[in-house]
Amino acid sequence: MLQIQGLSVETGGKEILRGINLFIGTGETHVLFGPNGSGKTTLLMAIMGFPRYKITRGRIIFKGHDITNASLDERARLGIGMSFQRPPVVRGVKMRDMVSACLGSRDDGTAVAQLAERLNMGDLMDRDVNYGFSGGEIKRSELLQLLVQEPDLTLLDEPESGVDLVNIALIGEMINELLQKNLKRNRTRAGLIITHTGHILDYVHASKGYVLIDGTVRCERDARECLDSIKKHGYEGCATCLK
Amino acid sequence: MSKVVPSRKNRELAEKALEKKPALGEDIDLSAYSSSAEEHRYQNEPSHLPSQEKENMLKVGITLDDRSQRAGTFVQIDRSVIHTSASQDGVEVMSITKALETYSWLEDYWWRAVSVDTDKFTAQAEVNLDNGYFIRALPGAKVVYPVQACLYIAHQNLAQKVHNVIIAEEDSEIHIITGCATKPMQASGLHIGISEFYIKRGAKLTFTMIHNWAPGVAVRPRSGAIIEENGVFLSNYVCMKPVRSVQMYPVARCVGEKAIVRFNTILVAPPGSNLDTGSRVLLDAKGSRAEIVARTITTGGTIIARGYIAGSAPDVKGHLECRGLILSERGVIHAIPELKGELAGVDLSHEAAVGKIAEEEVEYLMARGLTRDEATAMIVRGFLRVDIEGLPPELAAELRHAVEISEKELF
Ligand SMILES: Nc1ncnc2c1ncn2[C@@H]1O[C@H](COP(=O)(O)OP(=O)(O)O)[C@@H](O)[C@H]1O
Ligand SMILES: [Mg+2]
Repeated sequence: MLQIQGLSVETGGKEILRGINLFIGTGETHVLFGPNGSGKTTLLMAIMGFPRYKITRGRIIFKGHDITNASLDERARLGIGMSFQRPPVVRGVKMRDMVSACLGSRDDGTAVAQLAERLNMGDLMDRDVNYGFSGGEIKRSELLQLLVQEPDLTLLDEPESGVDLVNIALIGEMINELLQKNLKRNRTRAGLIITHTGHILDYVHASKGYVLIDGTVRCERDARECLDSIKKHGYEGCATCLK
Repeated sequence: MSKVVPSRKNRELAEKALEKKPALGEDIDLSAYSSSAEEHRYQNEPSHLPSQEKENMLKVGITLDDRSQRAGTFVQIDRSVIHTSASQDGVEVMSITKALETYSWLEDYWWRAVSVDTDKFTAQAEVNLDNGYFIRALPGAKVVYPVQACLYIAHQNLAQKVHNVIIAEEDSEIHIITGCATKPMQASGLHIGISEFYIKRGAKLTFTMIHNWAPGVAVRPRSGAIIEENGVFLSNYVCMKPVRSVQMYPVARCVGEKAIVRFNTILVAPPGSNLDTGSRVLLDAKGSRAEIVARTITTGGTIIARGYIAGSAPDVKGHLECRGLILSERGVIHAIPELKGELAGVDLSHEAAVGKIAEEEVEYLMARGLTRDEATAMIVRGFLRVDIEGLPPELAAELRHAVEISEKELF
């Protein structure tokens, strides 16, 4: 589904990522660990295609297409979706209209309403997008938009941070739905999840884990093992771990 | 009424002010305009007007073919009042000249909310009045449907001078849609409109004015409102079509306790348009409140968005919000929000922001699959959608409709 080869990315005139290689097969979910400022968000933004994140070297192949030079909206329409850690407020645009826009040309209003209810978003649908939303509401709003958008590859930036224990189960459930985790075979979706704490792994199964340090991938192994090792040895341990 | 100004006095004041330059906006040479126009025949049935004119009027919220959703109708073309009617008990709709003949007490309201010697435009309206409308809701009347009033310029280069008086008597409730329009290709014209609003105790007046002028037309409204105890005045103004110049700065005075005023303004200035508009509120009575909201967009024209709230009584509260979007390299938006507190207990605030659309917001929508143009359009539509608290649903629909028609032409 996604193949990243020797990717280097700069933003604000500074090289943030260097020589990233990554492969996510169809139906797989991978997680990305790493200390603050290591470049995790930068990697997601670069995959999504935000113009501020300039690819200086390497390639991104998605579903067999080289999308290294594709624009942000082209990538979205090809099937990449992303949940934002700190999405902007869009005054005047109602949540309801935003979600409809995520539907694209499809027309499935009732499914949208049901999803909104399941995510406890009913009351927020007539509010301006993200305006005055709590941390948890932002997460749920992002997930609702993605569930409606139905991307083949979902990039999630710390979906569990700032979410209380009651809501994290709900978030986990919705992520599983988004990634078709209920299907044992013939899954067509894939995911890449940034997690700081690893809590999300209690709810969402991920196969592989990466540790990003100073803009390079230092570790690549089973997601659970990766988390356990970070817990035991800290990120410093990862820095000296197998390349 | 405490003070009766004899009309001779008004005339004298006006004559002295005939050359008085306006305090704001470009000066206009009135002698360049014609003050005569052919008479237009009175129509008992306004749907008999030519369809082109009806269409122009429809764009500013005036529906003549189906008036079932209107409590009254007033239509003036050039200098001629061609139709007046009221279809609900408790509402009066007349030409102002007829009203002045009918009600001697109207003198007490004449030039009370607006000073006759404000400038050459008010003076001109006193000395050379064409006509205008009188709309009144009788005490306690709840007028369900809006009353519609249309001021239309058809004659080339005419200076149309109208004086309107709107009275919401005690505990009444009334909505008025005023549509001002001209022939789309009108090369030149001037509209001078005096409007005086009187909102009595416990009354509620919603006034929605939609302008659809032409690139050659200049517009000089001069408006004032006086709101008594527990009265509510909601004023909405929409101007999204090309116009040479509009300058207006209506003032609302809260003279009774707990009076409420809200001004909402939606402006779009295409290249060549010069809009200098704003709203002023004087909170002169205890517990009165004001809210001024302006959303302005330039696609190449110039906008000065003014706002002024003065608080001079205890427990008053006022908020002013002015946001402007610059969608073209050449456009200018100049926001001038002003607050004046004259007492420790006043609570006045403002927020103003002018700039281009935030790139971050556009990209956020693009990440959901919208093209750049679609994302921009969605944000602009949202920007123009002011949720007007207290606006009756029919009127909200009307307003949304007017905004949507013009929006389509923006992109
Ligand atoms: N727009 C930018 N301009 C300059 N530096 C940036 C910009 N965005 C991110 N950075 C820097 O890139 C590094 C990685 O940031 P980020 O990808 O947000 O890290 P993480 O998500 O792992 O915490 C940080 O040092 C951050 O300060
Ligand atoms: Mg981050």
